[in-house]
Amino acid sequence: MIQAKAQVILRSLWHYRGFMAGSVRREFQARYRNSMLGAAWMVLNPLAMIVVYTVIFSQLMHARLPNASSQFSYGIYLCAGLLTWGFFTETVSRLQNVFLENGNLIKKLNFPRICLPVITVMNAGLNFSIIFGLFLGFLLISGNFPGWVLLGMLPLLLIQVLFAVGLGIVLGVLNVFFRDIGQLFGIVLQFWFWFTPIVYTVSTLPAKVQTLLKFNPMTALIGAYQGIFVSGLWPQWSDLWPVTLLSIALCAFGMLLFRRHAGEMVDEL
Amino acid sequence: MGKVTVKNLGKAYKSYDGRWARLAEWILPFARQRHQLHWVLQDIGFQLEAGEAVGIVGINGAGKSTLLKLIAGTTQATTGSVAIQGRVAALLELGMGFHADFTGRQNAVMAGQLQGLSGAEIEELMPAIEAFAEIGEYIDQPVRTYSSGMQMRLAFSVATASRPDVLIVDEALSVGDAYFQHKSFERIREFRRAGTTLLIVSHDRYAIQTICDRAILLNRGKLEMQGDPVEVMDFYNAMLAEKEQQTVRQERLADGRLRTISGTGEASIASVALLDDDGRQLEVVEVGTHVTLEVRVAINAPVSRLVMGYMIKDKLGQSIFGINSHRLGMPQADLQPGEDLVYRCRFPMNLGKGSYSVAISLSRLDSHLDTNYEWRDYSVIFHVINTRHPDFVGCAFLDAEMAVERSHGRASVSKDGVTA
Repeated sequence: MIQAKAQVILRSLWHYRGFMAGSVRREFQARYRNSMLGAAWMVLNPLAMIVVYTVIFSQLMHARLPNASSQFSYGIYLCAGLLTWGFFTETVSRLQNVFLENGNLIKKLNFPRICLPVITVMNAGLNFSIIFGLFLGFLLISGNFPGWVLLGMLPLLLIQVLFAVGLGIVLGVLNVFFRDIGQLFGIVLQFWFWFTPIVYTVSTLPAKVQTLLKFNPMTALIGAYQGIFVSGLWPQWSDLWPVTLLSIALCAFGMLLFRRHAGEMVDEL
Repeated sequence: MGKVTVKNLGKAYKSYDGRWARLAEWILPFARQRHQLHWVLQDIGFQLEAGEAVGIVGINGAGKSTLLKLIAGTTQATTGSVAIQGRVAALLELGMGFHADFTGRQNAVMAGQLQGLSGAEIEELMPAIEAFAEIGEYIDQPVRTYSSGMQMRLAFSVATASRPDVLIVDEALSVGDAYFQHKSFERIREFRRAGTTLLIVSHDRYAIQTICDRAILLNRGKLEMQGDPVEVMDFYNAMLAEKEQQTVRQERLADGRLRTISGTGEASIASVALLDDDGRQLEVVEVGTHVTLEVRVAINAPVSRLVMGYMIKDKLGQSIFGINSHRLGMPQADLQPGEDLVYRCRFPMNLGKGSYSVAISLSRLDSHLDTNYEWRDYSVIFHVINTRHPDFVGCAFLDAEMAVERSHGRASVSKDGVTA
């Protein structure tokens, strides 16, 4: 039963692959179409961000990680957390608006709705790969490339995308019926960011707060990224079980919510 | 392929008492229902055979667009089901998903993909799309530089680039210039001939009557009537004028046609006849002869103002000629019960051969939409024959003369002095 449904979904996604690829391409073209430098902006913006975090923080402000060797280590620590966190928030916050933004399309055309979240994730993924590619380039040049341990990122990214998709679809469906969700989540994200060790390290916090941080599903993920890039350590897989299970549960709940309310959603848009 | 079966279809929207009511209903377990169902369509059932063309008519808010959306699959039904065999194309709104900054060609590709066509298929159809849209060089310009008519042309061309088994068309089509409207209708007819099932919503009587085999009338979300397009359109027309106390009835004539009579009844049509100049009743009229339409009216209740109008229609129900006593400057005022009126309208029968019918209306003002005392379709049916004049084509007899000149010589000078 479930297998048959999954097959139907996959088949319709495959059938509409041209549409999805076109949508992703179109979004990128639309963003830079009327600018003179065009696609260069795709690289310049993230480049500026990486330069700010690595060069300026490390070189000018002399921010250092406790007991770290490289002069760039704090910049790398920042980037490892910020870039992946950025990918996460971009995915979730765009997913929560995906049905609202495409309301007209959903109401007037009959096509597999599941394409829309897929396009969103692909877009966010593409943005992330550009900025992350630049970051890897910087690591290579500055001699901080982590080596094989980089492969540890793949399962981490998979879990993160699952988590973001599950959360994003749940919020996206709810947001159609309760528009407050979108506003509320903007605030939640701000607190969530500072409640995750991205710009600071866990060890600088009092022990009480450290325990509290363990309940934040992003702590384990971000920590694992930072481990790979700063210390060249493979992720502690045992730490990642809770967030993985949570992600699967969220995805299942999101699909259930979507299936149950898809019809009513069209009426509400 | 192309068969559509609609069974017991219904659509209701939920309306909640307030913003918090929905949340309460979602979250609180075993809570009472906090919404009312607002039905926009109920108990709709009909079947379209493959290749059939059916028109849906009804006033605004009757549920026509909702019905199309349910059949097209963009909206989920509350009750009942829709079963469709074959590929469906729905023209509910043209130009959906067009992006202003991209060229017509890029948008066409995108719109095609949104319909589920593959890149290769679109590539193959592209020349035909370009040719049909007739927007020339603009195809490679950003859509933001297009006029709304050009956008419509492109959107229609893409949407109908490949023939679907079922085509669903909303009235959106009636935009664009007359030329393209004509062209797009021609394409729809072409699809029909090739076997596409057609479901069309339109307020255009002409469109419904010339394209459709059958019409469905929706009224307040219910299926009011279905059948022959002319009969349904007559009933719809009568319904438009519906007011309190008004009755609408239809009676089957001897030749099988359905006559629609509606009105409030303060004044009623006692008899209608088409007479020749000697006062004999006519059923067959020679082209070009003078006839008199005699309408006898009885007054049943005080009537402040009375206008009698007649409309001659051809066998497709198209209006050929109509006028009323208001426009001719003789409205009658302050009529009392018991009075009788006789209207005699004399005109030359300058119509082409064929069968015609006359509809009579009694109203207070120029239009029967304000007050309709009585409206009667098919009051008189007559046939025009042509035995005295040369055989001609068309519905108007212009009694045209013709002259021809022939001359020798290479150069002849025409009237405005240009050498041909």
